[in-house]
Amino acid sequence: MAPRLAIEGLSVGYGRRRIIEDLTLPAISGGGVTALIGPNAAGKTTLLRALAGLVPARGSIRLDDTELTGLSVAGHARHVTYMPQALPQRVALTVFEATLSALMSARDETLSTAGAQARAFATLERLGIADLALRGLDELSGGQRQLASLAQSIVREPTVLLLDEPTSALDIHHQMRVMQLVEELARERSIIVIIVLHDIAQAARYARRIVVLERGAVAADGPPGAAITPETLARVYRVEARVERCSQGFLQVIVDRAV
Amino acid sequence: MSPPSAPPDAGTAAPSVPHEGERAAYARLVRRRILLVATLGALMVVALLFDIATGPSNLPLADVVSGLFDPAGLDAPSRVIIWEVRLPYALMAVLVGAALALAGAEMQTILNNPLASPFTLGVSSAASFGAALALVLGVSLPVVPAEWNLPAFAFIFALGSVLMLQAMANLRGTGVETLVLFGIALVFTFNALVALVQYVASQEALQQLVFWSMGSLSRATWGKLGVLALVTAAVVPFSLAASWRMTALRLGEDRARSFGISVRRLRFFSLLRVSLLAATSVAFVGTIGFIGLVAPHIARMLVGEDHRFFLPASLLAGAVIMSLASVGSKLIVPGALLPVGIVTALIGVPFFMALIFARRERL
Repeated sequence: MAPRLAIEGLSVGYGRRRIIEDLTLPAISGGGVTALIGPNAAGKTTLLRALAGLVPARGSIRLDDTELTGLSVAGHARHVTYMPQALPQRVALTVFEATLSALMSARDETLSTAGAQARAFATLERLGIADLALRGLDELSGGQRQLASLAQSIVREPTVLLLDEPTSALDIHHQMRVMQLVEELARERSIIVIIVLHDIAQAARYARRIVVLERGAVAADGPPGAAITPETLARVYRVEARVERCSQGFLQVIVDRAV
Repeated sequence: MSPPSAPPDAGTAAPSVPHEGERAAYARLVRRRILLVATLGALMVVALLFDIATGPSNLPLADVVSGLFDPAGLDAPSRVIIWEVRLPYALMAVLVGAALALAGAEMQTILNNPLASPFTLGVSSAASFGAALALVLGVSLPVVPAEWNLPAFAFIFALGSVLMLQAMANLRGTGVETLVLFGIALVFTFNALVALVQYVASQEALQQLVFWSMGSLSRATWGKLGVLALVTAAVVPFSLAASWRMTALRLGEDRARSFGISVRRLRFFSLLRVSLLAATSVAFVGTIGFIGLVAPHIARMLVGEDHRFFLPASLLAGAVIMSLASVGSKLIVPGALLPVGIVTALIGVPFFMALIFARRERL
């Protein structure tokens, strides 16, 4: 059965500054991609980090029968993996070593070193970057580094995969490839994928469900067709926009002007 | 609405045995790194032998080597020279180099800063202040034998400085940048305090203090060696056990935590190891600044940052440089033993520059 992630009464902040206040979302189920969109400072990254257990949060985050909020860092990591937006700079590690360290640094005892290596190679292969395995992270382009970072996340085979703008540095070809792959992974492994995106059309194309955040609260939530409307865009993004379907049936957002 | 489900790698043909080429290449890379670490180990042994064989009384290398394995076969003066002077000095050089380099390597990783080292973040300055108190003000600790009083003071202050960093690290919301700044602030604070003590010091005490702060191996005894060897031997296995976690930390703190690593714990125990290694070394030989900073950089250039190789390579590189510095300290002014702290940078910098240029050419 597909896993379900339910968020109830979630409040998150840094120090006294509250970023998210009493947020509740109907359960997000596995097997598809959920996109988190919204303007700058809407709390998208904060929500993702809270789901990953990286920032203290009040309220409830339940994955099936497991309450995640009380879990240790290691406990969280057994279920959830987070791919941050910021990529490491000046690191003398190869793509393969970085991927392997994602498995070996907090290793599940049943996984042998050879098993971990095989899984790391398979992951790079799957992402189409096996040829970069022994290249240093420092030698890669921004887009390649993002793919290497994605490899470090999916190699852990989490139940919940959280991705913070994984396509921001990629060209169109690689954006499509990554989104297709993530969507496939969600379906094949029946996992929950929550992905922060800035590109609304991309979100509408690959996500089964879109959550629009605005100042730490849910502004719209539902299938792309229901969540992305000219009214929502006007209210949340302060733009006058048309939402139309292209000849292949995909939603397109045409922005006419800022209001 | 569902996107087309073509595999992302439809264009790339899969090899008949999956990843065979990459696997073999990775195995070769691992073998090369093991070989590099082993070479550093061999260099260390050679440097150590040279160090023991170098000195004003021209003992032939063959005699030195045979004397090491068969002390009874030596005449009394040679036995004293080799066993009571040269061997403890030479072993101290190796151990101090190893300990400071390992401390520097761990610091650079957990503080995510290539300029971090026991010297740049206040440990050596704190030790100097402790030594200054003991030398100039003549303060002594109860129970501690007179010979151990100064090292004990230096140790306590060096340890104290790292524990202050530790306390700072444990405050919620302290980033690594703040920690590094705090370390630098410690350098200035302790240097000011040392200057203050120097200002009131007698001529004789001042001279002793200046000599102490230059770093010298001539303070080595078998007892001190034993303590440093014990501390290093106790710390190294824990460092190595943390190597995968440290490697993962290089990918960023959020990343490491999302892999299930408690970064706070990792940082706490690493700083604890650093404090023991650095404080013990500095207490016994005085201020030696260059090793903890540069040995990790040399190691990084040779084997990268997979800490399974990076930590041992740092340790061995530190031991090699320090041992060569010890040889240099005896050769630069014939008949005189220069404080080794002066020589480390003179020996280490050319070695370091050569590596940088060799790397530039390769790129």
